[in-house]
Formats: sequence, structure tokens, C-alpha cells
Amino acid sequence: MSDKPKLAVWKFASCDGCQLSLLDCEDELLTVAGEVELAMFLEASSARVEGPYDLSLVEGSITTPHDAERIRAVREQSRALVTIGACATAGGIQALRNFQDVEEFTRAVYAHPEYIRTLARSTPIADHVKVDFELRGCPIDKGQLLEVLSAFLHRRKPRIPTFSVCVECKRRGIVCVTVARGEPCLGPVTHAGCGAICPAFDRGCYGCFGPAASTNTPSLADHWKKHLGVPDDELGRAFLSFNAWAPDFRAEGERHG
Amino acid sequence: MAESRSIKVDYLARVEGEGALDVRIEDGRVTDVRLEIFEPPRFFEAFLRGRRSAEAPDITARICGICPVAYQMSAVHALEDAAGVQVDGPLRRLRRLLYCGEWIESHTLHVYMLHAPDFLGKHSVIEMAKEQPELVERGLRLKKAGNAIVALLGGREIHPVNVRVGGFYKIPGDRELSQLARQLETALDDALATVEWVAAFDFPDFEVDYEFVALRHPDEYPFNEGRIVSSRGLDIDAREFHEHFEEVHVERSNALHCRLKQRGHYKVGPLARYHLNHGLLSPRAQQAARVAGLGDSCRNPFRSIVVRAVEVVHACEEALAILADFERPERPFVDVPAGAATGYAATEAPRGLLHHTYRIDAAGLIEHAQIIPPTSQNQGTIEDDLRQFIAPRLDLADDDLRWQCEQAIRNYDPCISCATHFLKLTVDRR
Repeated sequence: MSDKPKLAVWKFASCDGCQLSLLDCEDELLTVAGEVELAMFLEASSARVEGPYDLSLVEGSITTPHDAERIRAVREQSRALVTIGACATAGGIQALRNFQDVEEFTRAVYAHPEYIRTLARSTPIADHVKVDFELRGCPIDKGQLLEVLSAFLHRRKPRIPTFSVCVECKRRGIVCVTVARGEPCLGPVTHAGCGAICPAFDRGCYGCFGPAASTNTPSLADHWKKHLGVPDDELGRAFLSFNAWAPDFRAEGERHG
Repeated sequence: MAESRSIKVDYLARVEGEGALDVRIEDGRVTDVRLEIFEPPRFFEAFLRGRRSAEAPDITARICGICPVAYQMSAVHALEDAAGVQVDGPLRRLRRLLYCGEWIESHTLHVYMLHAPDFLGKHSVIEMAKEQPELVERGLRLKKAGNAIVALLGGREIHPVNVRVGGFYKIPGDRELSQLARQLETALDDALATVEWVAAFDFPDFEVDYEFVALRHPDEYPFNEGRIVSSRGLDIDAREFHEHFEEVHVERSNALHCRLKQRGHYKVGPLARYHLNHGLLSPRAQQAARVAGLGDSCRNPFRSIVVRAVEVVHACEEALAILADFERPERPFVDVPAGAATGYAATEAPRGLLHHTYRIDAAGLIEHAQIIPPTSQNQGTIEDDLRQFIAPRLDLADDDLRWQCEQAIRNYDPCISCATHFLKLTVDRR
């Protein structure tokens, strides 16, 4: 037995990318493994240490009756619970079902819809249990993941900025893609964390970190419409993607969709 | 008197996604093997409908965090096929470079972190690092080199942002590309050492007469282009895929099983690519394969770890060659006209053939999308392997048998997140 803090990583409906971010910390992984006991991390280890756990990282959204039960069991065994990524925090891209008829979706994909057990909605973890911190991103940023791990192990608050991608973009000295080229960009309303990579690659931000702490989405939508000539259906799709069920994006998307 | 034993493992570890295995043994005979995939369905093909075709590479990347580039590549090639556009020259080479990055990253993840622990009797790479830190550091360095390619060309390792229909949004600077070449020279040495290391593992005696299916290109080990060929004479264009393959929905799985019509199960992935294309591997990859004793074909799925390691050598050498002859494209992308059409493409994801079909309407919106990932194609073959593998090993204790079955599944590096998307293992002996 080890007296190190016990870390658990759990997966619900997701692409595995956010938990992969931990394994992608090639320079830090062995140091992290020296500081915590990786008690439950099925993607990386067949060892399973019983709870309770000091910190649970939860990836993925709740989409099945079984997972709705399982997340409650995870919460009961966890001193702190942190969601990682857009699926766990906002329902993920699979929350696009929430706007449509899931039975019709099932029929579209599967020959025998009666074999499929799924909920009508894909919902974030916080709809089901108490969440201590939500880390955003589709995928999360591994630097931010390390900060969250470090903060929780030292029982302090994570230093994760809640301003918009615009702030990161200006700090990097990137030429604004909207001002210079008339490119639609969700940077003004999107939560920082990625480092403004899309504008750095000459394209507009597509909102994969979800809404920033305070947003004025109607004003941005108005600008896209009046000054960039973006049609309503396009506007709707822009807000309804990887964080479609995040309240600010959902409301704006539904206004145009 | 009938003998009845029951073995259960609730969650199979070191695979990507969630699934279960249920093996039934009655009177010393394997009566049923069921790979159950209960990864929740995410309905990508349904919500792609009505999206703009240009969104397909960003959306389909989210099917899999381990191989997003594969989804982006199959998507852009299928959409370019619909428009009748062929992307060539430096842009084509940069796409190969990006794919090399994903092969290095994904294969190294599987070789060092998911598969090697089985052969060393460890639970994880972290346990391995306690005894052999230098070895694990080598794996991490190699994986990092693959990720460096994807991050430089794609903007980030997971769900890259720089791939678009017609090419890229932006081409990285010459200085960054030459720094990448230096990192890849070390990576090539690490990759060669990896082949030597895994070739010496102790492999169970087990060979299967598979029908192998992979892409084949006249001049290149396949990434993005080629005809779909098999070891039993199939030779078709990606456009003809649905005439020869069919998807079947079975109750135990949220992933559709794919079969060759009238023939049944087949195998995609590293062993298939190697069997059908080994002569086109890079010179040092061919040499490493010879020294590792792979020969012209490898039919032991446990040795797939050696083939993956050889493919990493190839990807490093190929990436270095692309960088050595790099010419800057005039524009980062070519124009791809919109218009009602249907497009098809298959590319070689790290786990095997990945086929996409899109029907686009006159407004440029997706009317229909169909995505056939490698793990759903291999599902039937995984079950067949297990049936054959377990039969002569029934005298093993339940714990040993369970461990070996898990290993046999991990041979496939199954990406259940892709296939729908958890592995639970139940052995029921009656």
C-alpha cells in the first residue's frame, strides 16, 4: 500500500482524447506517477486499487441509464471530482442529439434500434453529481491538466483563466482574423485555454473550449450577420457544435438554428 | 456429468474505450465467444447530416482522440473525391508527414503503454518504469516525436485544427520544420531499438490463416491512397467498397460488425498492411523486419507488436525523407468546388482501413455519412481468434486464461471509442 494521494480516471461517453492528454505529458508523466498513486486508470493500467480516491478525473458525458448510476458511485468514492473536457463539462458533440429525436438518430445509424439502450439526452456530469472543478476544452490542454492536478494535490484553487480566447490571441500578437480578413471567429465568446491556436493557423476559432465566463453572444452573432454576411443557419451551426449544450452557446444557437 | 466454470472480468484494461468479453465453455468445449461493446453510441453519422461538408474533418476527428488524423484524412479525401479534386505535390507530401506523426504517436502508445506490459508481466508502463526507467524514457521520447509532428502541422496533438478540405489552413515555417527533422533523427534510432526490444519477447505459438485487407499503392507503403486489396484476390477502388463489404448489427455490440460479402470476417491493421505491402517499407524498416525474423508475412497476432514497431521505423524514415525534400506549396490549400455529389475514400488509420462515404447536396450540406472504422471490421476476427486460442488452453486456471484472453484482445489495439465506442471479460464455464 502506498500513502500517496490516490488518483482515479473514469470514462463515460467520449473519444478518450482528454485522458490521453495525461499520457501525452511525455516529460511529466513519470514525475506525476511519483507523486500520486494511479489507483484506477483503465486505459493505462490493468491494476485496480479500491476507493476511496483523493481525486477523480472524469471524462465523457452521461448518455445511458447505466452511466447515470455509475457516476453516482464514482462521486461517493471521490474526495474531489474534476471533469475533464467538453463532454464531461457540457455534454460534448454527442449532445447534438438533445436537439433532435434520438430514436430517429438510432434508426439512422443502427439496423436494430431495439438493441441500443441510450438516453434521449447527453448531459454534463454536473447535471448528475456535485463537481468540484470543470476543466474545459475539446480536447483539454495538458498544461492546464497539470495545473489542476497540482492544485488539487496541494488543496489549493487551480489557476485557470476564465477570460476569452481573444485575450490569449492579443497576448500572442496574432493579427485578428475577423478584423483583417473578415473571417468569422468565436474567439470573443470562447473560454481561453488553447492558446488561440486557430487564429495562429489563419482560421477563426470554432469554440471547442465552450463559452467564456462572461459572454455577449447576441452582439457577436449580430456582428457576424451584419458585417460578415453570415447566414442564420451557419450561425446556428457555429454555436451548436462541440459545446452545444453549454447554456450560452445553446441559447445563441437556438436563436438562429 | 457436465462441467461448468465461470470466469468474469468486468472491465478490460489498456484498450481505448469500453467493452466486455463473454466466453462460454461447456463440457470442455468453447461454445460461444462474444465481444460485447457497451461503449455508449454517439451517433456521429446522424448528426453529420445537415452540417456543412467543410465541418466534416473537425467533427469526425472527435470520434477518436487517439487517431483523429485518420478521421480527418479519410474525411478530406472522400470530400475531394466527391468534388473530383486530387491534391498533389507538396500538399500531398505534408499530409503523409502528418499521418507519419499519428502512426508514431499511436503505435508507440500501444507498444510501450498498452501492450508491452503484457509481455513483461506488469500492469502498466508506470510499473515498467520502476525497473527499467531508461526503456520507458525511450518510449516517451519516441511518442513525443510523433506528437511533435502532429502539433507542428496540426496545431495540437489531439484534434488538430489545421486540416481542411483541399489541404491545410497554414503551412508551418521552414525553421520549425528543420527543428522537427533533428528530433526525428533521434526518434529513428529509438524506433530501431524498439524493434530489437519487442522482437525478443516470448510469443505464444499461435497462427491464424487470415484474409488480410489493406490499401495498396504502386510506389508507397499506404497511408492515404491506394486500391483496397486482400490476400485472397480482392482488388477494388474505395468507390466500390459497399458492393463488397456489408455492416451487420449484432445485439451484443453498439458497434456494427463489418464483413466481406459471401466470405465473412477479415483482418485489417498492421499485419494486413505488412503482408500486402512489406516490399514498400523504407530500407531501414525492411532491414529491421528481417533482423526481427518477420519474413514475408506474420500470422501470429501476438507478434503484431513487432510489426507496429517496424511501422514506426518506416514512419520516422518517411517523415525524414519528406522533410529533406520539402518544397513550400504555393498556397496552403487548393480550391474544392461545392456541388451535389457522393465521395468515398479509405485511408490507413494506425489500426487499419478507415472508410468514409459522404453524400453532399447542392448547398454543400451533408445528406448522408457512413464511417467504417478498423475496430468494427476486426470485431468478428477478434472473436474468431479467441475461439481458436482458448480451445487448446482450457486446462489453464481461470486467472491465467483470463489474462491471456485479455492479451489476445489487446493484440488488436482495439479502439472501442472508434468502433462505437469498454471491455468487460466474462468467461462462463458450464
